Amino acid sequence: MNSPASPADPKRIIRRGLVLSTIALLGLALVYVIALRYTPVEARQGLAQKIFYVHVPAAWCALLAFSLVGLASALYLWLRDVRLDRFAAASAEVGIAFSAVMLTTGPIWAKPIWGTWWTWDARLTLTLFLFFLFVGYLALRAALHDPAERARFSAVVGILGLLLVPFIHLSVYLFRTLHPQPIVLKPSAPSLPPEMLRTLLLSTVVFMLLYLGFVTARYGLTLAEEAREDAHDAG
Amino acid sequence: MTDVLRITLAVAGKDIRAELHSRTALISALVFAALVLVLFNFARDPTAVSAAILGPSVLWVTFVLAALLAMNRAFTIERENSALDGVLLAPIPRESLFLGKLLANLAFVGVVELLTLPLFMLFFNVDLVPRLPGILLVTALATTGFVAVGTIFGAMTAKTRFAELMLPVLLLPFMVPPLIGAVQVTSRLLADRPLSEMWGWLRLLALYDVVFVVLCTLAFSAVVDE
Amino acid sequence: MPSHDQGSLLEVRGLQRSFGRVRILRGLDLTLRPGESLAIIGPNGAGKTTLLRLIAGLLRPDAGQICIQGQPLRAGAHRVRSAVGFVSHQTLLYDDLTLVENLAFTARLYGLRRPVETAVAALDAAGLADRQSERPKGLSRGLQQRAAVARALLHGPPLILMDEPFNALDAAAAQRLRDDLRSRLSRNASLLLVTHQLADAWELASRVAVLIQGRWVADEPRSGSLDSFLLRYREWAHD
Repeated sequence: MNSPASPADPKRIIRRGLVLSTIALLGLALVYVIALRYTPVEARQGLAQKIFYVHVPAAWCALLAFSLVGLASALYLWLRDVRLDRFAAASAEVGIAFSAVMLTTGPIWAKPIWGTWWTWDARLTLTLFLFFLFVGYLALRAALHDPAERARFSAVVGILGLLLVPFIHLSVYLFRTLHPQPIVLKPSAPSLPPEMLRTLLLSTVVFMLLYLGFVTARYGLTLAEEAREDAHDAG
Repeated sequence: MTDVLRITLAVAGKDIRAELHSRTALISALVFAALVLVLFNFARDPTAVSAAILGPSVLWVTFVLAALLAMNRAFTIERENSALDGVLLAPIPRESLFLGKLLANLAFVGVVELLTLPLFMLFFNVDLVPRLPGILLVTALATTGFVAVGTIFGAMTAKTRFAELMLPVLLLPFMVPPLIGAVQVTSRLLADRPLSEMWGWLRLLALYDVVFVVLCTLAFSAVVDE
Repeated sequence: MPSHDQGSLLEVRGLQRSFGRVRILRGLDLTLRPGESLAIIGPNGAGKTTLLRLIAGLLRPDAGQICIQGQPLRAGAHRVRSAVGFVSHQTLLYDDLTLVENLAFTARLYGLRRPVETAVAALDAAGLADRQSERPKGLSRGLQQRAAVARALLHGPPLILMDEPFNALDAAAAQRLRDDLRSRLSRNASLLLVTHQLADAWELASRVAVLIQGRWVADEPRSGSLDSFLLRYREWAHD
């Protein structure tokens, strides 16, 4: 299916991904500066609230990554295009990293403000579930060696996982209305001042660029691995 | 349509017949459930929390763990002598293979749950009998949900090296919404609350069942057809 | 769909199948008529088992088409599979069920009436009547294979696929299997036999084809004496 002279040159794709990621990381540094110096300090929570500009976009990107895994999985089962499988796997790996970032920044933020490392609030809980779903997805992939089987099976997990998310959301929400717990890790209600919103949006864009860059690089790496295996089998 | 039903019953019947012959897996799962109940008894401070309050959690965690163990069997037995090939060769729709396995799993897990209930009543001194219809309903609803996903995941994990470890890792997140619903309903049942307080949860359980039984039935072909 | 030979039992066109990035079959064609018996020989890795599993419907082709009795074999077209019987080196029997229960289950899967009676009759015909209430594990390899063949051909399929069925069979068991196959062939069944045992190929086949690296290298009627046959095909039948 992939001829040797195919336009999908792994090295170019990896390079593109790394360039994008570097730009995004520079953007992240910019966000860091803006968040610390040019954005007002939140009255109630103080400096610790600033972690919100990393925490929230990371969570959002983890959810985005997961949704794209589910979407790519559904498309794969329909079209059986191996590129969709490669993309889903790359998205899962990046997604698990972003979930981990969110799950570590959460406690770091919660502790100074609320005196507790963890709370079962809706966002943290959902991201925790995403993390476990990512782990299951990647563990299954690692345990299967036939590429076609691996693609099919993980696609099924991806689709089922995506459909689980609304149920998690709903049942956790209903659970929490019965057992109210401190609602932490939210932007200061009821509305966000414009400077904070701007910084948040900027950070979100940067994170999405980061997602794009990492996924592209990972995709390229997968292509490179496959090319190396091909050469190995042929030679 | 009758094709699907006939084959579903044939597959389920075969699994049940096979298990009735050996009974090893069934007895092991039952003993496991009993032991988990014992563990829970010693893992709590009976003076701090009453059995009635802790009961639903203990019951459902036990059910979930026992189901995890019981569902491994469904497709690992098909690996012996490549028996699954024999089923896939036959002129049957793949959906009926899934539904048959689902039914057999439900029967299997259902029996374990049914026999665990009296043990639970005994160990924790909780009287379920006056609330039995409600308990049975919520058990049926919640179990169907996670057995549906467990059946399709079992078909996949049977092909991996550490199936017994892979299945829980994949399946546990999917067992949480049914678990939440089941515990909520069960605790209300034990507190003799009116049906109106449970209705929302029961509807959620039913919705979960419909969504995942349908989805897993449709996705099954992607698992067994190479 | 390309026009096909009306009389053919099996028609394969442009069959392709890869595993990972290894291409096993690269556009294979094959036609089989009713009553014909074809022996496929070739070195390991040639794609013989893959070809058989594709025709049996256990694998899906990457490209190409398989028609059995004029009906295309496709996802969702499950009834077409009732025309095929497949005997592999695995017995496909459940160790927890007795032989009767195994065959009765197969009868139900194939929609045969009176599954238990059918199962008993088939086991009787296979000389296993006195072992029908035993589990497969308690039988010798030869008897297990006999039960496996009875199970695989229970529905009397017009197309019989066999993947190295004579492995691990002693002379008596092999003779018994050959006799059974010959009687089915005489009732106008067709046979696709993959084997390394050239003597069995010579006994049963009316046609021989050689498969190497997913392509046909030879396809001709079986002719001549056993000795000339062995000489002709020996180089390709090596393990």
